[in-house]
Parts: sequence; structure tokens; C-alpha cells
Amino acid sequence: MSKELIVVLLVAPLVGFLINGLFGKWLKGSEKLSGWIGTLVVLVSLVCSIIVFASLHGGAAPFDETLYEWITGEGFAFNIGFHVDALTAVMLLVITGVGFLIHVYSIGYMHGDEGYTRYFAYLNLFVFAMLILVLGNNYLMMFVGWEGVGLCSYLLIGFWYDKQSATDAGKKAFIVNRIGDFGFLLGMFTLFAAFGTLDFGTMFDAAEADNFQKVFGASTLVIATLLLFVGAIGKSAQIPLYVWLPDAMEGPTPVSALIHAATMVTAGVYMIARSAVLYEIAHTGQVVAWIGVLTAFFAATIALTQNDIKRILAYSTVSQLGYMFVGVGVGAYASGVFHLVTHAFFKGLMFLTAGSVMHAMANELDMRKMGGLKSKMPITHLTFLVGALAIAGFPFLSGFWSKDEILHSAWGSNPLIYGIGLVTAFLTAFYMFRLIFVTFYGESRVEPEVASHLHESPPVMWVPLAILAIPSALIGLLLGWGGHESWFHEFTKNVFPEAHHDASGNVLVFMAISSVVGLAGIAFAWRRYSKRAPSDEPTGTFHGLLANKYYVDEVYNALIVQPVKNGSHFLLWKLVDNGVIDGIVNGVAALIRFIGGLLRRLQTGLVQAYIISMVLGIVLFLAYYLFFT
Amino acid sequence: MALEYYLVLSALLFTTGVIGVLIRRNAIIIFMCIELMLNAANLAFVAISRSLGEATGQVFVFFVMTVAAAEVAIGLAIIVSVFKHQQTINVDEVNSLKG
Repeated sequence: MSKELIVVLLVAPLVGFLINGLFGKWLKGSEKLSGWIGTLVVLVSLVCSIIVFASLHGGAAPFDETLYEWITGEGFAFNIGFHVDALTAVMLLVITGVGFLIHVYSIGYMHGDEGYTRYFAYLNLFVFAMLILVLGNNYLMMFVGWEGVGLCSYLLIGFWYDKQSATDAGKKAFIVNRIGDFGFLLGMFTLFAAFGTLDFGTMFDAAEADNFQKVFGASTLVIATLLLFVGAIGKSAQIPLYVWLPDAMEGPTPVSALIHAATMVTAGVYMIARSAVLYEIAHTGQVVAWIGVLTAFFAATIALTQNDIKRILAYSTVSQLGYMFVGVGVGAYASGVFHLVTHAFFKGLMFLTAGSVMHAMANELDMRKMGGLKSKMPITHLTFLVGALAIAGFPFLSGFWSKDEILHSAWGSNPLIYGIGLVTAFLTAFYMFRLIFVTFYGESRVEPEVASHLHESPPVMWVPLAILAIPSALIGLLLGWGGHESWFHEFTKNVFPEAHHDASGNVLVFMAISSVVGLAGIAFAWRRYSKRAPSDEPTGTFHGLLANKYYVDEVYNALIVQPVKNGSHFLLWKLVDNGVIDGIVNGVAALIRFIGGLLRRLQTGLVQAYIISMVLGIVLFLAYYLFFT
Repeated sequence: MALEYYLVLSALLFTTGVIGVLIRRNAIIIFMCIELMLNAANLAFVAISRSLGEATGQVFVFFVMTVAAAEVAIGLAIIVSVFKHQQTINVDEVNSLKG
């Protein structure tokens, strides 16, 4: 593994961004070219990632090198440096692998769009930023990537900027993320104050050393890790900052698949897994796990009653991210990251199939207006089914392995977390198959003019679906067979601190329970929704509460948005801006005006008056020189 | 003749010019008074040049006369256009620059 390889891996998408971003005007004539340039640069990164992965798998030592010093000052230095170990390699494969397929899919999906080249420029920039995030060997590099992906997320959510709801959603995502990023920044400051560096290696070594505990005590780390977790809450859409993710579905669907399901939103999980050493010392994992499991349950309940396909998937993503946080929270870092990987594949797949449905249905997203699509779109149906089975924990598919590992570890840490997680697993299976039955089965409720040109998507779209379906189904089995002795755990065992959770109980029993719960959810959905569509009106108070998403947006609006708006309006605008600032400016002007009013008396307009003053002046000067010098 | 006589004459002419500029209201008269002041200066130049036996002052006079000629051309044109505009060349009535 050489430095050059890493640089090529990182810079390739940037090159794509520059070509598409700067010369997009000239590429506009040939849409295909622009799309393939954007796709090929990601393919370059993918090939590099595979080489990196192969060399690490072949036993190469982790790569950690500083390219150059970025910011230096007295007593500190921030470097542009890369750290590549097993965790990074896994993330690289997910980002470039899923990213590549989504780029291919986008070539078809975005066909004929006004902003075709702009789209690929943003998407390449996103891949570049995400690679910085996972490659950096210090928190500052991670933060640069963290902000970069946030920016791209904003740009792509608001991609169709002439649509009010899209620009609003973009702003919402940006502002909510800002709250989290603020926590991340404070966390970095705290760490820097304690360690004097932001380099992972140096910091983690120092944190493990005994004298750190004596000098700073664990409380510094408790504060720092919790602040970093605030960042993760924002980026990975956990309670209470999850509200931006469902709205983010306003962006193009491949964007939802890549950014808001597979990669960016998992940055928080990656960050905690990367900082595992700190969380172990600070013992703040329990907070992470509780936030995670509550989010998982909460989001799953909302997903039960939604009728918009992409929104269901969005709440499902929030819920699954919760599982990942349970994993990293209870100390099962490898399991959390494992779920991240499997989730990236099956959720990416499901978003792309949702996009395929939208493509066929003339951008209709309400599944009450679908039904019976199975015969019209066989490949889409089949691939979605694979994804849904995987997320529902159907035995031997991906989600089954990764979710089960997390639940098993949760049991060892706190049975209550396990219980909530298990209920969530049931809900997950239920809402996913509710979606499947209502959309693909039963009678067609498609409107006639849409039904007439209902068709399977073109190959450039369904081939990525088919390719993604394979890892979605099998990756869990390949990487996860053997539970805590699985290939994945072996590969990443040097990255994470020694697992302290108690892997008690028979694994097979847990697997059996999870399977039964998942199958029960599927069966329950089949019983309820295989024949009829969901009702238009909520059927009870609780149903209404769920359908309105617990009124969280309304509560935030009343408690935070409106006070801020009112404060801005009355205090900042009317009082400070109009009163104080304008008052000062106008006051200065009025003073000048007053003085000018006095002086203008001198300006009589009579030439002779001026001449008299001139002559008097000359006489006075002459007199002075003649008589006083 | 002694230099003083010329200088006294020059001072008298200059003072006449200044007083004329200050007290007369007719723009053309004022203008003539300015010419008077210029020529007073010219007289002093020539007288001093002669007494010092040096030609520099006389050369200056030519410059002053050139400038005066140009000034007359422009100044009269201004007066004509002011008259066209205001129907008067009384400087007291031309006061639209009053602040």
C-alpha cells in the first residue's frame, strides 16, 4: 500500500467534480459523456479501494502517514495525513462500491434532467468529501470531510431548487446538522485542550496511558465523547435531531440511496467506532446505546403509518442507524460497523428500487395509488423483496446476521435494550412488508393514464439493482458466519479495543428468536395488507399520532423555530437593527447635516462676497508678514 | 526715473482694480478691473526687470498677456452665456449657487 495509491483513490472523484463542475457547460451537449466521466472516476477509486483492502487482508500493516503540515503554530500542528486500517478499508469499499453502482444507476435515472452535469459534479464532490472523512488520521481531517458531506447533502437535497419544498428541506438539513456540528467542534476543542493534538494515534495512546487519568481524569473524556456524540446525533439523524432525514427525501432518489442511507448518515457510527478507545475509557457507551435504541423504536413506529414510499424508507434508515448506535454503544464495535455495511447494501438497494418505481409511476410516491406492480416490474419487485427480507431479518440474509449480533451484544449489556430492539425488529419486518404488499401485490390502484405506460426501468437502472441485490442477500452470510468469531470480526479485531460485553447465552437461541420475530412481522403484514390498501384516514388516536409523526415537527416549530423567528423579528430586527444600528448611522448623518446647515450660511452665491473675504484674507496675511515677522 | 514711481503707480492701479472688483456690480466692469490688476502686475514686472538689468521679468509679462488674452476670450463667453440664461449681468442677481 503506497502513498500514491491513497492519493489516487482520494483525488479521482475530485477530478471528476472539477471536470463536471467547471466544464459542464461544454459537456451539456453529450449528457452520456458527463455521466460516464463521473462514474469512471468513482470506478478508479473503487479499484484502488479493492487494492487497499486486498493488501490489508493479505496482512499488510495499517498505513499511517502525514502528507504535509497544514496548519502549524506554537505548540500545535495539524497535518493532512491518512490512516488506513481495516475499519477504513471496509468504509472505503462501501463508499466506492455502493457509490459506483449508484453513479451507474444515476446515468439512467437523471436522464434528460436540466442539471445533469451539475448533479454528477455534486455527487463526485460528495464521494471525495466522504473519502476524506474516513481516510483522515486526525479529527480535523474528519471534520473537513464531515462538513464537506454536509454541504453536498444540502446541495443535493435542494437539487431541484425551483421546488419550494426541496429548498426548504435542504435548509432544514443544513441547519439541523449545524447543531450537531457545533457539538462536534466543541468535542474537538475539548480533546485538543486535553491532549494538545487531534491525531488519532497519538491521542489514543495518550488516553490509554495511566498518567492521563491522573492528570485530567475521566470527566474530560466524558464531556468530549458526549459532545462528539452530539455531532453523530446530527449527522446520523438520531433523537432529537433526526427530523431532517425524512425531509431530505426531496432530493433525487439515488442521492437518498447514497447519501441518506448508505454512506453519509453512517458517518456518526464510523466516528464512534474510530473513537472507540475514548468511549471505552469514558464509559459513555450506554448513553449512545440508549439514544440508539430509542431512536430505532421511535422511528420504526412512525414508519408503520406512512404512505410515502421514500418516507418509509427514510424512517427505516433512522431506525436502522439506531441499531448501529446500539452496537457501538454496548461495545460491540465490529457488530455496529458490520450492520453499517449490510445496511448500506440493502437500504441502498431499496432506495434505488423505490426510484425505479417512481421512474415508472411518473414520480408518484404514494403507495395507496400503486398496488399490483409485481407483474409490470418483475425485476424491481424481486430486488426490493430481497432488500426487505434482508432488513426484516429473514434467516440467512444480511440483516439477520448483523442485527442479530447487535441484539446479542445488547442482551449482554442490558436486557431492556435487547427487548426494545427485538420489538423494533418486529416493527421493521411489519412496515417493510406492509410497503411490499401494498405496492407490489393486490389490485392495481394505479391511475389509468399512468398505468398505460407503466414499464420496467432501462438496463442501466436495473443492472445496478440486480448487482446490489447479491451482496444485500449474501454479504451477511459471507462476512458474518460464526458470530463473534466471524470473518468480519477477525478482519477488524486489531482496530477496536477488546470487547468487554458479555456474550452469554446460546447464539442459536438468539438467532431463532430473531427469526421468529421477523417472520411474525411479515406474517402480520400479510394478514393485514395483502388484500387491502391502508385506509386514508387514521383509524384511532394512536394511529393519528403516528401518522402525524408524533407532531415532533410541530413541537420543534412552536418551541424553537417560532421563538427564534420572533426573537429575530422583534429583538434583533426591530430593536437592535432598526433601533440601535440604524439609530447610530442616522444619528451621525443628522449631526453632519446640522453642522452643514450652519456652514452653508457662508455660501451666499454672491461672487463679490467671496472676493471680499479673499481680499481681507490677503490683507491680513500681508499685514502679519510685514509687521510681525 | 527712480523705480519707486513705477511701483507706486503699479500699486495704485492694482488697488483701483481691487476696489473696482469689490464694489461694481456689472460683470464686464469687474472684468475690466481684473485686467487692470493684471496690467498693474505687468508694470511692476517690467519696472523691476529694467532696474535689475535682467530680461526674465519681461518674459513673464508676455506670458501674463497671453493668459490675459485667453481669459478675456473665455470670460466674455461666460458673460454672454450668463446673460442669455439670466437676462442680466448684474452679479448680485446671479446667485443661484447660494447654499
